[in-house]
Amino acid sequence: MEFNSGDTAWVLASAALVMFMTPGLALFYGGMVRSKNVLSMLMNNVFCLGLISVLWAVVVFSLAFAGTGKWIGNFDFFGLKDVVDTFPPGLALTIPPLLFMAYQMMFAVITPALISGAVADRMKYGAWVVFITIWVVVCYAPVAHWVFAPAGWLFRRGALDFAGGTVVHINAGIAALAVVLVLGKRRGWPNHPMPPHSLPLTLIGAGILWFGWFGFNAGSALAGNGVAAQALVNTHLAAAAAMLGWLVAERLKSGHATTLGAASGLVAGLVAITPCAGFVGGMAPLYIGAVAGVLCYLAVSLKFRFGYDDSLDVIGVHLVGGIVGSLLLGFFADSTINEVVTDEGVFLGGGVDLLVDQVVAVGATIVFTFVLTYLIAFVLDKVTPGGIRVTEEDEEIGLDQTQHAETGYALERV
Amino acid sequence: MKLIVGIIKPFKLDDVKDAVKDLGVQGLTVSDVQGFGRQRGHTEVYRGAEYEIDFVPKVRIEVLVDDGDVDRVAQRLVETARTGKIGDGKVWVVPVEAAWRIRTGETGSDAL
Repeated sequence: MEFNSGDTAWVLASAALVMFMTPGLALFYGGMVRSKNVLSMLMNNVFCLGLISVLWAVVVFSLAFAGTGKWIGNFDFFGLKDVVDTFPPGLALTIPPLLFMAYQMMFAVITPALISGAVADRMKYGAWVVFITIWVVVCYAPVAHWVFAPAGWLFRRGALDFAGGTVVHINAGIAALAVVLVLGKRRGWPNHPMPPHSLPLTLIGAGILWFGWFGFNAGSALAGNGVAAQALVNTHLAAAAAMLGWLVAERLKSGHATTLGAASGLVAGLVAITPCAGFVGGMAPLYIGAVAGVLCYLAVSLKFRFGYDDSLDVIGVHLVGGIVGSLLLGFFADSTINEVVTDEGVFLGGGVDLLVDQVVAVGATIVFTFVLTYLIAFVLDKVTPGGIRVTEEDEEIGLDQTQHAETGYALERV
Repeated sequence: MKLIVGIIKPFKLDDVKDAVKDLGVQGLTVSDVQGFGRQRGHTEVYRGAEYEIDFVPKVRIEVLVDDGDVDRVAQRLVETARTGKIGDGKVWVVPVEAAWRIRTGETGSDAL
């Protein structure tokens, strides 16, 4: 096998960057919950690095990328068998296949971690562990196969998703909705104030996410080339424009530009540009980011209108941002940026062919994952003694103490 | 003996501490508290959701004094802690039945 050392070096670095996003996400979310639950939120995220990494290496990578099936992979790569010298069918890469597996692993790790923001403050830790184990196999692997594997039916249709707008963000976002419908609202929500306990942690997390996202998006070029450069630029500009969009909307609607708004806005932009990163150019990332910033800001208040407790706005930011980006790609995709684009976006003169494919991809992901996630959560709730939700008393005391026998900030003790 | 208790604005602590030391008072205890009187709380906004925060951070000062010193120490405390704006706080006096210095076992005024 011939490898390109520049491509390989960049994807190696990108794998590390994306790995760093999981603890970054942990901090982003951790700062937003009440202090009695900070460790629980950090743990729900960081534990994914342990559990999902192992599941990925043993079986989930194979289910996502092996074989030539349209709907799901097979067990050809079980236990990393043959991965060192065999590319997933259809992928002729200039990087080692083992590196491809490792890079994709970081995506599989962070996707269930995203869901943790929605279940904050009230889910049993054991139930969370079982839930993500089942979810990564039943919902992540299939959707990754459909979109990322050349054999997958959405890939074959021509739906485009550069780094995982559907596979990661819409997937996690709609799963979050399904779970919170089973889990129910936090005690006291929405009347009792539950403001973030440490926005400094959240801002550190947001900075790490922005940094790591260069690996998430530009690394998805799987090469050190012009497309990767475009993806990096798009990623950065979308985050910037989205931050501004959110802040302007926020300032107009509630009177202040807030640090939480800046952090949330930039993440919304990063989410939205994820499917578009290597397929658009020019000023497109600014438009995509700005639209995502404003729409996601407006979307986070939907939970109050409809009465679901999406604690940290996984739905408002990841589901809505992912949909915005995936659909806007149908407008802005540009074949001069990336020759993979065969149907140009609407604004580039390509008509609606790509947009239709995007709608199908978005719709299929939403329906599939919502139904299956709801089933998983529902059954788990019935089968677990006492349900997947902690008792009222444990919820009052806090999850750090009751689920992990720990205290996040032992400040009164000298 | 009396215990003078004051609830004051946190940024006035240094001024109050210096004033009380100038009067010859040997020690005091300070704690971070929150509360409200006529001063209302404030509103915070997180992702569009408004929260009414009723409590305002304050500092509680406690000084043990001899009966003869109560008036001048309390007065000094009140004057120094005053800004003239709402939320300045309150000072009150509580009678103390007995007191000990832990290190030596001295009691009464010798403990102050």
